[in-house]
Amino acid sequence: MVGQLMNWQIALPEIVLAGCGLLVLMVGVLIKKQNSAQLCSMLVLASFLVAALLSLSAPQDVGYNGLFTLDRFAVFVKILVLIAASLAVVLSLDYNTHHGIARFEFPVLILLSTVGMMVMVSATNMMSLYLGVELSSLAIYVLAAFARNDVRSSEAGLKYFVLGALASGLLLYGMSLVYGFAGSLDFASLRAVFTTETAQLGAVVGVVFIVAGLAFKISAAPFHMWTPDVYEGAPVPVTGFMATAPKVAALAVFVRILSMPFGHLLPQWQQLIVLLSIVSMVWGSLAAIGQWNIKRLMAYSSIGHMGYALVGVATGTEAGVRGVLVYLASYIFASAGVFACIIAMRKKGHAVERIADLKGLGKTDPMLAFLLMFFMFSLAGVPPFAGFIGKLYVFLAAVQAGMWTLAIIGVLTSVISTFYYLWVLKQVYFDQSEGAFDGRAPSVSFVAGLGGLVTLSFFVFASPVVNAAEAAARALFG
Amino acid sequence: MIANYLATGAFYVFAAVLLASAAMVVTSRNPVYAVLFLVLAFFNAAGLFLLAGAEFLAMLLVIVYVGAVAVLFLFVVMMLDVDFAVLRSGFQRYAPVGVLVGVVLLAELGLVFGTWTTSGLAQSLRASPMPDSVTNTEALGRILYTDYVLLFQAAGLVLLVAMIGAIVLTMREKKSSRHQIIAKQIARNPADTLVLVNAGLGEGINILGIRRPLPPPGKVVHGDHGHGHDDHDAHAPEPHVHGDH
Amino acid sequence: MQPWLVNYFPILVFMAIAVVIAGAMLGGSLLAGWQKPYAEKLSAYECGFEAFDDARRRFDVRFYLVAILFIIFDLEVAFLFPWAISLGHIGMFGFWSMMGFLGVLTIGFIYEWCKGALDWE
Repeated sequence: MVGQLMNWQIALPEIVLAGCGLLVLMVGVLIKKQNSAQLCSMLVLASFLVAALLSLSAPQDVGYNGLFTLDRFAVFVKILVLIAASLAVVLSLDYNTHHGIARFEFPVLILLSTVGMMVMVSATNMMSLYLGVELSSLAIYVLAAFARNDVRSSEAGLKYFVLGALASGLLLYGMSLVYGFAGSLDFASLRAVFTTETAQLGAVVGVVFIVAGLAFKISAAPFHMWTPDVYEGAPVPVTGFMATAPKVAALAVFVRILSMPFGHLLPQWQQLIVLLSIVSMVWGSLAAIGQWNIKRLMAYSSIGHMGYALVGVATGTEAGVRGVLVYLASYIFASAGVFACIIAMRKKGHAVERIADLKGLGKTDPMLAFLLMFFMFSLAGVPPFAGFIGKLYVFLAAVQAGMWTLAIIGVLTSVISTFYYLWVLKQVYFDQSEGAFDGRAPSVSFVAGLGGLVTLSFFVFASPVVNAAEAAARALFG
Repeated sequence: MIANYLATGAFYVFAAVLLASAAMVVTSRNPVYAVLFLVLAFFNAAGLFLLAGAEFLAMLLVIVYVGAVAVLFLFVVMMLDVDFAVLRSGFQRYAPVGVLVGVVLLAELGLVFGTWTTSGLAQSLRASPMPDSVTNTEALGRILYTDYVLLFQAAGLVLLVAMIGAIVLTMREKKSSRHQIIAKQIARNPADTLVLVNAGLGEGINILGIRRPLPPPGKVVHGDHGHGHDDHDAHAPEPHVHGDH
Repeated sequence: MQPWLVNYFPILVFMAIAVVIAGAMLGGSLLAGWQKPYAEKLSAYECGFEAFDDARRRFDVRFYLVAILFIIFDLEVAFLFPWAISLGHIGMFGFWSMMGFLGVLTIGFIYEWCKGALDWE
């Protein structure tokens, strides 16, 4: 028994992070001060730093009876998730105080959700995968409804919960089918089964269900219908969190599950992923046109971006996985930056979220407008910004795998989506201002500035990121 | 083997009642009845679990689902105050689509079932086959806390998140009623609030120089008698004579 | 069929008897009773006003909070059963594994206690 638990240190980052979460919860509830939310946020940020350092230094191995694996792929994704979660916590500092929802549970829930995501990306068994998904989702359902006196926030939480529960059901049903036909939940055993035998129809149906359940979690079309409403209703830092960290983790699960246990089922699932990818890219770019709410616009934008990332998944090659990882690394900073700009959209103490409210920002707040331009260019994939490099690697992998159609559709939809990103910038720079925004809080400026710096200078340090992504991808295929 | 016939018969009875009560959950007009049918469905599912050999799960279903979840459903149904007649108004309209989806799913199920071949490795891959000599519950206990410790602790965290979530989303911070602070009540020292005075005949007690707040006209004096109500915090704790009631 | 299933035979008999007796009572009154239904029998009062609105009142959300906290601890207790009977086999590691689980939920318990979620105002 105890002997079987060798390598328990591989989960040390998760254990320490969860322990810190419990500690912060106690600090928050026992220190009855008004600013306990700020204090707890700081403590959570420190815990994230510790967890990141531990992830980098923990021994890489398989452990816990094959339930959990720490490899370079997991480390890469965990670092991305921790960065995204940290940015969301920083964004919440000012927003929550201003909206009267500054409660210490907020950072604690983000932390616990992050623990779930870290378990997800390391999971090498369906059971640990499912528990990680549940832990991360459950905390986000609560976060989406966190502004409970706001009807829209409650609605967002409820919608996300109902559809998320449906997705979990699909995921579980798929897992049970796979278990029933293949006889195991362990990724390595499943791989062995599908290596030696042709897949049974039931197992393939199970894989389809699993893909559908995960597609819900990354809001890939046609499983995206919850996204615009939930993004619009949830508090902005939560939306920023949902648009980055869970997507990164769920895509990592996609990559791991399709390449490890179901790697030999490539002919079966490839069509499915290609379909998801094309529909997401097309719908994400077309439906965003005509949106007047910037949060809804970002929702469709994120649907489109998941489509581009799925291009890399669809190739089923090492280069594709590398592309996905680079893409995600470039995406989280631009996305977090846009949400920082959305938090800065505040007139006379009231938060505004119409795109038209951005009119004349170029004159009233040139710095913020400049940063917003970086983010929009990066999301659109204009060189030399980060998003361009991400897209480059994804489309490169598609071309290498001979999937020309997918790459061409990707480029075309990128061009269409550039239209609405530029339309936002047109309002920012060429329209008359309808009143300046209130002053920005330092935390918001920090996230926007950091995001801007990274998106602008990504090409400078692209090679270490690409190398790390390549090593991570090799860990899956090697 | 009469026992085998009994088990088979019990299976069909449980399965039939389960399906019928599940249908009633969906179709019954009164939501409270729907929840009660759900309880019946849980019981029958527990019976099926038992027949399948999952003794512990069967008991868990009765304890947790019937004992707690169904009660929670009842609370929610009563709390929501939804007019189900309005909610069901679209039923006729959407029924064909629903039936269509159901038929498609059924066909898929048939398709899967028709080609039922499990992997040849399935038997050898089972992570923890049921040992013969111990009970179901003990077999679970032998692996759940050691081999699957990661999942076990993760489940603990999931429960913690549920706890935090329920409190964050539903607890009212503002108390509408008077709140008893027991510590304050117990910590009260009679010497701080109570003075015994021998009042001479016809002298009155003010002569003795004891400070006593004059009662506002038409109001009964209601000082700090150590009720422990926190609404007394605003008052100055003036010692005064006990004996004015 | 599992051999231990025989232990549940008395419960099956018990359930069968319950179903038969309940069925006999309902069916018997249906058959033997003199049925003469008419609309007035279903009305609220024989005379007087009709009810103005529904007699059922909305439940307070506090019931929900108590119920869900109950479920969480119910589940926690459910984990204790297999642990208790297999403790001799799983050793110290199994013991501390459960202590960790209980520790997490104890922290949750302290949290809800300090938040006042267990007070009924």
